[in-house]
Amino acid sequence: MLKTFPKGGIHPPENKLTSSKNIKRMPVPKVVYVPISQHIGIPSEIVVNVKDKVEIGQVIAKSGGFVSSNIHSPVAGTVTKLDKIIDTSGYKKQCIVIRTDVKNESNFEEIEYPLKKEIELQPKEILQRINDFGIVGLGGATFPSHVKLNVKEGVKLDCLVINGVECEPYLTADHRLMLEKGEEILVGIKILMHALHIDKAIIGIENNKKDAIEIFKNLTSTEKGIQVAALQVKYPQGGEKQLVRALLKREVPKNGLPLDVGVIVHNVGTIFAIYQAIQHNKPLIERVVTVTGKKVENASNFWVKIGTPISDLITEVGGLPEGTRKIVNGGPMMGKAIKNTDVPVTKGTSGILVISEDEASRGEPKNCIRCGECVSVCPMGLEPHLLMNLTEKGFYEKASNEDIMTCIECGSCSYVCPSHRPLLDYIRFGKNIVKKLETAKN
Amino acid sequence: MTDSVLYSVLLLASLGVIASVVLYIVSKKFYVYENPLIAEVEEILPAANCGGCGSPGCKSFADKLVNTEDISDLFCPVGGNDVMKLVAEKLGKTVAEKDPTVAVVRCQGSCEVRPKTTEYQGPRTCAISAMIYSGETDCQYGCLGDGDCVAVCQFDAMYMDEETGLPVVITDKCTSCGACVDACPRDIIEMRPKNKRDLKIYVGCLNEDKGGIAKKACSVACIGCSKCEDVCPKDAITMFNNLAYIDPVLCTLCRKCVPVCPTNSIIETNFPPRKEKPVVKKVESKVAVNVESVKPKTDA
Repeated sequence: MLKTFPKGGIHPPENKLTSSKNIKRMPVPKVVYVPISQHIGIPSEIVVNVKDKVEIGQVIAKSGGFVSSNIHSPVAGTVTKLDKIIDTSGYKKQCIVIRTDVKNESNFEEIEYPLKKEIELQPKEILQRINDFGIVGLGGATFPSHVKLNVKEGVKLDCLVINGVECEPYLTADHRLMLEKGEEILVGIKILMHALHIDKAIIGIENNKKDAIEIFKNLTSTEKGIQVAALQVKYPQGGEKQLVRALLKREVPKNGLPLDVGVIVHNVGTIFAIYQAIQHNKPLIERVVTVTGKKVENASNFWVKIGTPISDLITEVGGLPEGTRKIVNGGPMMGKAIKNTDVPVTKGTSGILVISEDEASRGEPKNCIRCGECVSVCPMGLEPHLLMNLTEKGFYEKASNEDIMTCIECGSCSYVCPSHRPLLDYIRFGKNIVKKLETAKN
Repeated sequence: MTDSVLYSVLLLASLGVIASVVLYIVSKKFYVYENPLIAEVEEILPAANCGGCGSPGCKSFADKLVNTEDISDLFCPVGGNDVMKLVAEKLGKTVAEKDPTVAVVRCQGSCEVRPKTTEYQGPRTCAISAMIYSGETDCQYGCLGDGDCVAVCQFDAMYMDEETGLPVVITDKCTSCGACVDACPRDIIEMRPKNKRDLKIYVGCLNEDKGGIAKKACSVACIGCSKCEDVCPKDAITMFNNLAYIDPVLCTLCRKCVPVCPTNSIIETNFPPRKEKPVVKKVESKVAVNVESVKPKTDA
């Protein structure tokens, strides 16, 4: 019996259409739009001016505080504008617009770095470089990695968990990365183990990616301390609390972090970015994006420069199919529909999903029939129907007492609700208000 | 037979006597003194319990009025100056006279002038859609049209105009309690002074984008051209972030700014028709339609 988390969870259709498609390199875009707020935390501070010439990998926005991150230029070119454009949040946000220099050859060199196994840097230097090179969690939450790795003295840490679950339907970015860059990821894991002074790591992969499990089993057969664990297929196993529970049977306390139970969780994409930063001095300027959808002609996985407009990606896969209703940034469960195709790819864009008319519409919300489905699927053991009602009526304090803040926004409740109630919309709204009230209190 | 009747009557009577004695002692022992003025002041207040004064209800506002020495910054927007005068007489304190205010909606982005570029599916409340994204149009400052303000109004002073998709304030019913101002996630609704004839001039736009972008999203958007600022004789108009704002205190309602606005984003309400036709002919078209839609309601 394969491992999984015990509470709740759902089995949405997987639709991993692109799992056999190699990661292709996107042509370098003519113009990139780099938002200065691509991570959770304080937005970065712009350090370039209009008309400045920038090189690939040059810092163009400096970290604005501890929970923040540097942003590097994805292309060599000229800064043409510092303007506000609509980003994935749906609002106009400050952006650095860089026009690619077509004559500069460094833009078009396709460097295939050779595998480099020796780790030369000291643990402190590794952590510093992760900070300097703008590495953030590439699983979707974009939490700055150096903050996660900043383990205070006296905190017991014994295990590194590598998240290769990719439980979101449709997305195959992590899957392909594991297949194509397995050895590099393994070196990345060793780098982190070296930096954190721990000797145990577990790679969690869902059982629908048997090829990836196979590859890592072979790679780690001679490694001490690194295990590969196949997991049952269940959404939202990629949530870090669920993953830690599934792999190690440790319960992360509510409002706590995996670090409280001695674990740090990192996504395979992040591990690969760390590998490139440490071994090849390459900052986080590109990532793997799955561009998919049932009616998309050439759905595939791409290496995409941060700041590439999503319209470029859509052209690359053969344009918008007829009857497109929604374009979602991310997966179908947790992703968010974007407002127009000028929105740029950011560090958190793991997929672009094109949904057609018949899949996109939400049912008309009806009354709650008290079936309890939402309660039984909630992976955090909450009562979504209750939280929604409390938020709807404005009882935020009560909602806070009912642990609204522990909701991981996986959307399982809205997915199963037979009355099509917008449970997650209200819970998210409630969380926003509760957060505001709490900050006002302090 | 008679005995049992007698006993039960006696038992009940004695129980009643004992209970009354206990209740009497308790009520004396735990008596809480409450200033009788509070009840009297509460009687004067309009009993709307709307929270417009900043207190949760009329009772607690009365309590505040009685127990605060200086009540000059306390004000009941629903009762207005008349009620505050009565309260002041009752308490022997002085109150500051305030101009009555009324809610105005600073957005004219009707379906016609501000085309929809996306479609939103989800709970139709402004608070949630504002949290998710910038709205169905390309203007991220304007009205979302889901009517949170209408839902919170306790005085039925607002309704959604189905044609324009915008909320409309019925000036006579508006008590300026401020509930709609708090409910609007975009801060579109503002309390502005209402003079005797309810003449108002204000900028009906909050778009801070640069002119071209604003105009593209909405044809009656303020494009930040500063023409109104130049023409204003009282320096009542200030420009900030490509957006004009008319200070209601400094404004003398001379109406000079209205015809110079190239996008008709300055709204005037309840003024008599101009003697001469405005210099810019365009003024006729869209703003006129909008003002008309406000007018009949205010007169009603």
